Amino acid sequence: MQIAPPIDPVEAVEEQFGDDVLHVKTFRDETTIVVTTERIVEVIQFLRSTPGLIYNYLSDISSVDYYPNDYGDAYDGQDERNYRPERFGVAYHIYSMLYNRRLRVKVFAMEEDPVVPTIVGLWPAANWLEREIADLMGIQFDGHPDKRRLMMPEDWDGHPLRRDYPMGKETVQFSFNVEEIISHKPLAKD
Amino acid sequence: MAIEQVGDQAVKATWEGDLNQLKGLVTERAITGETMLLNMGPHHPSTHGVLRLLLELDGEELVTVLPDVGFLHTGIEKNIEDKTYEKGVPLTDRMDYLSPMSNNMVFCMAIEKMIGLDVPERAQTIRVVLLELSRIASHMVWLGTQALDMGAMSVFLYCFREREKILRIFEMVSGQRMMGSYFRPGGVWRDLPDGFHDAVNEFIDYFPPKVDDYEALLVKNPIWIDRTHGVGVIEPDLGLAWGVSGPSLRGSGVNWDIRKSSPYSGYETFDFDVPLGEHGDVYDRFMVRLAELRQSLSIIKQGIDRLEPTGPFRSENRKFVPPPRSALGQSMEAVIHHFKLWTQGFDAPDEEVFAAVESPRGEISCYLHGTGETRPRRVHFKTPSFMHIAAMPMIAEGHMIADLIAIIGSVDIVLGDCDR
Repeated sequence: MQIAPPIDPVEAVEEQFGDDVLHVKTFRDETTIVVTTERIVEVIQFLRSTPGLIYNYLSDISSVDYYPNDYGDAYDGQDERNYRPERFGVAYHIYSMLYNRRLRVKVFAMEEDPVVPTIVGLWPAANWLEREIADLMGIQFDGHPDKRRLMMPEDWDGHPLRRDYPMGKETVQFSFNVEEIISHKPLAKD
Repeated sequence: MAIEQVGDQAVKATWEGDLNQLKGLVTERAITGETMLLNMGPHHPSTHGVLRLLLELDGEELVTVLPDVGFLHTGIEKNIEDKTYEKGVPLTDRMDYLSPMSNNMVFCMAIEKMIGLDVPERAQTIRVVLLELSRIASHMVWLGTQALDMGAMSVFLYCFREREKILRIFEMVSGQRMMGSYFRPGGVWRDLPDGFHDAVNEFIDYFPPKVDDYEALLVKNPIWIDRTHGVGVIEPDLGLAWGVSGPSLRGSGVNWDIRKSSPYSGYETFDFDVPLGEHGDVYDRFMVRLAELRQSLSIIKQGIDRLEPTGPFRSENRKFVPPPRSALGQSMEAVIHHFKLWTQGFDAPDEEVFAAVESPRGEISCYLHGTGETRPRRVHFKTPSFMHIAAMPMIAEGHMIADLIAIIGSVDIVLGDCDR
């Protein structure tokens, strides 16, 4: 079987998507390509199916929250390496078994209404990974078939992995003190 | 080399499934009462933890399998954000509590990559020896519980006897049987204790006949073969699409082992084979893991032979690694470093790194994002059990309910690993 020689993913994506590639950086031999949120499905599909790239395995989808002030206009320009236009980042780690290399594709989602298109149509592995992010980080995945919470109870308020979510150290909730506890929780009222 | 290893399965990267199957709903036949809904768990012993499976049954046949997780969600990722890097290591033990060393390893690797910290060669070898011991210990629990689920009680007792020997070795090096937190950024916590080599060598001599025993008990056992042959088949390309990894994927014949494809901690200097299955059924996964026991033992043997009894075990970079306790009485510098590292911690850049290792269950990966200060902004672990439970509907649907028990055992899930 003839196997196409590997090609550089950054050049290929830049050639194919042009202005939709927002930023490229390399840190500790790891390449990150930041693309526009709308075209993430096309970019991943391109990386998965193009001969010479064949990123066939979805290793991980993780999210990151740049709250409170490490993103946006105030933060741009400070360091060119840290390109962060919006509050939430979603990082897709894909792996090519054929060429034995990894790549990180990253998109950003705005603070008010974080929505990212789902890639569950490409890999069913994305199903739970995206549900976990939607549950714990509160980033919605547009077109995802199953929008229930994964880890937290269905009636849970807030998204625990956000940086503005309080970090534990709370009284255990019983029926006799539930009123008092809820009165201390600003998030539970929303 | 990577191309040879993987074969042509890797090229088949497309998935042509139906998104409606991922909705997590039972079929309409359940609403009319034609099929029966049954809750399995969250306390059923053979679900290997608090896993709840909602089953839709047509007679004894599984129509839908809907896993429900989160009962063990302890917020480990959130908690690590509140700790300095080194103090995050004990939390990672609690994820996959059957092989805590792999979790320590992936977290330490991510930190070391982030700050560019060196690890002495001897420390890397110590890590490899302990990782492989941990792999055997984890496989012992897998083999024992898998056999127990399917009615072979004696294997369970034998396996836990062997595992106890390994836990003794862990206790010897770290002071703890399971949650050792022995791996630290830059190496390991302390040097190896006296008697470590003897204990490991004794285990190396003791263990191979026991593996023969397991083979004698199960490999040609007609009941075992009836229960496992052709059950729970994972097609290679479907397995890749669903994110299955580790021995569960190698049982389907996909030759992907991170220890070979992107070696870490000096695995490239060890000589070992990656056992592969053919059919991807429960039996092949069982055979792959049994063969891995022998390969792990061979790695331990090579490692212990080249390991000096004493020597460097942790990086000497005092900006990241606390000085030994004995240095505090002699050096002002050491006191400063000790105080700074244990109160404030070290700074890591405001950057992101990704590390992946081959745990006994599959690929466990860590995505670490720093803040430029002493605490991480975000730590995310992708754990093999999480992906395997997500893939459970793909593997199990269409089988009998008794086969589900065999399938759950064969993909080797740990719910602490899944829920984190």
